[in-house]
Amino acid sequence: MYTQALDVQGADAATLDEGVLERRFLERVDAEEKIEPKDWMPARYRNTLIRQISQHAHSEIVGMLPEGNWITRAPTLKRKAILIAKVQDEGGHGAYLYSAAETLGVSRDQLIDQLLSGKAKYSSIFNYPTPTWADVGAIGWLVDGAAIMNQIPLCRCSYGPYARAMVRVCREESFHQRQGYDLMMHLAQGTPAQKRMAQEALNRWWWPALMMFGPSDANSTHSGESQRWKIKRFSNDELRQKFVDFTVPQARFLDLAIPDPLLRWDDIKQQHEFGPIDWSEFDQVLKGNGPCNAERIAARRNAHAAGGWVREAASAYAEKQRRRAATLAA
Amino acid sequence: MSSSEDKRQWPLYEVFVRARGGLDHKHVGSLHAADARMAVDHARDLYTRRLEGISIWVVPSHQITASDPAESDSLFEPARDKIYRHPTFYEIPDEVKTL
Repeated sequence: MYTQALDVQGADAATLDEGVLERRFLERVDAEEKIEPKDWMPARYRNTLIRQISQHAHSEIVGMLPEGNWITRAPTLKRKAILIAKVQDEGGHGAYLYSAAETLGVSRDQLIDQLLSGKAKYSSIFNYPTPTWADVGAIGWLVDGAAIMNQIPLCRCSYGPYARAMVRVCREESFHQRQGYDLMMHLAQGTPAQKRMAQEALNRWWWPALMMFGPSDANSTHSGESQRWKIKRFSNDELRQKFVDFTVPQARFLDLAIPDPLLRWDDIKQQHEFGPIDWSEFDQVLKGNGPCNAERIAARRNAHAAGGWVREAASAYAEKQRRRAATLAA
Repeated sequence: MSSSEDKRQWPLYEVFVRARGGLDHKHVGSLHAADARMAVDHARDLYTRRLEGISIWVVPSHQITASDPAESDSLFEPARDKIYRHPTFYEIPDEVKTL
């Protein structure tokens, strides 16, 4: 580093044209340097990140609801404590991600408005219901498992604040997946009724979990540029395949059946072949016609409205303290 | 809840956590809070759920003055050619020990 010759940096950013700035930006991305909030970045890169990070944040927040539904009915105190900790983590992940999105010049209020007005998207997996206790296990094992698969490459994303938030998220996410598998294991090794409950939950969550990786590569609209910018490191299909290959043996250990009659091991490719995904279902849920879309947004709106007096009181208290301090100082 | 109240976003604080005694406080992220005391409480819940720290600092984000990345080349340029500031610049014969 220090033997490097003096670099000639004549012009400053304001006088350079976009083309030069974009070329420098891409060179930095290619060199695996991190882009930080105040660095120049193409508007499309900024907008892609705002969209992706805020959708991710919204998903964490809405993701608290399907499991939160079971906190009061957890079968033991231990399971209840675990579930509370898990749901609290999801809220924390939402907060890390909102902070990362805000570094790109969007405000927290705007982001919350977009979620509550129904303008913003979040992961469609959370529009499925959790009718039994086993669904809590299936979510941890499969939904958090799929999320980890998606999120680990994001720890190396080119945008610094997003990458750092993801490091923190991934560190905590492993507990989520393991507690889910542990819960499923207890049910699968329990009474016949408990095992049936576990199997039915697996049946409900398997295909939606595979859809979490997004459309197949041939139909993925945002992939090309995101890969060029090192926001996305692997294609949807690559990650989905990896998830299937990891999960099938885990299901076998539980002695539960993956609900796919076409699932088989391909000896030549050394990977699992699996049946076609029903993308029409995915499209329907995405369009707002999933089983719980309306319920989830209504729950968020209610929570926001019901918490209004708390925010108001905290603001008033802070203002009073400020005034009091000012009077004492005078 | 009046809508204007709702729109008044709480200020942003940067959070620094000392992981263990003897270490520096390190920047871990940011959060919104009505005041500094609430920022410390929220930072406890948000950044130390797994005993990640023994001490927390919060600083209003707008109070931080940062160098401009567009000027980082010229800002750090003075140090770039001073290779004699590093011990490896000096070649010391092998027979000279403990230097």
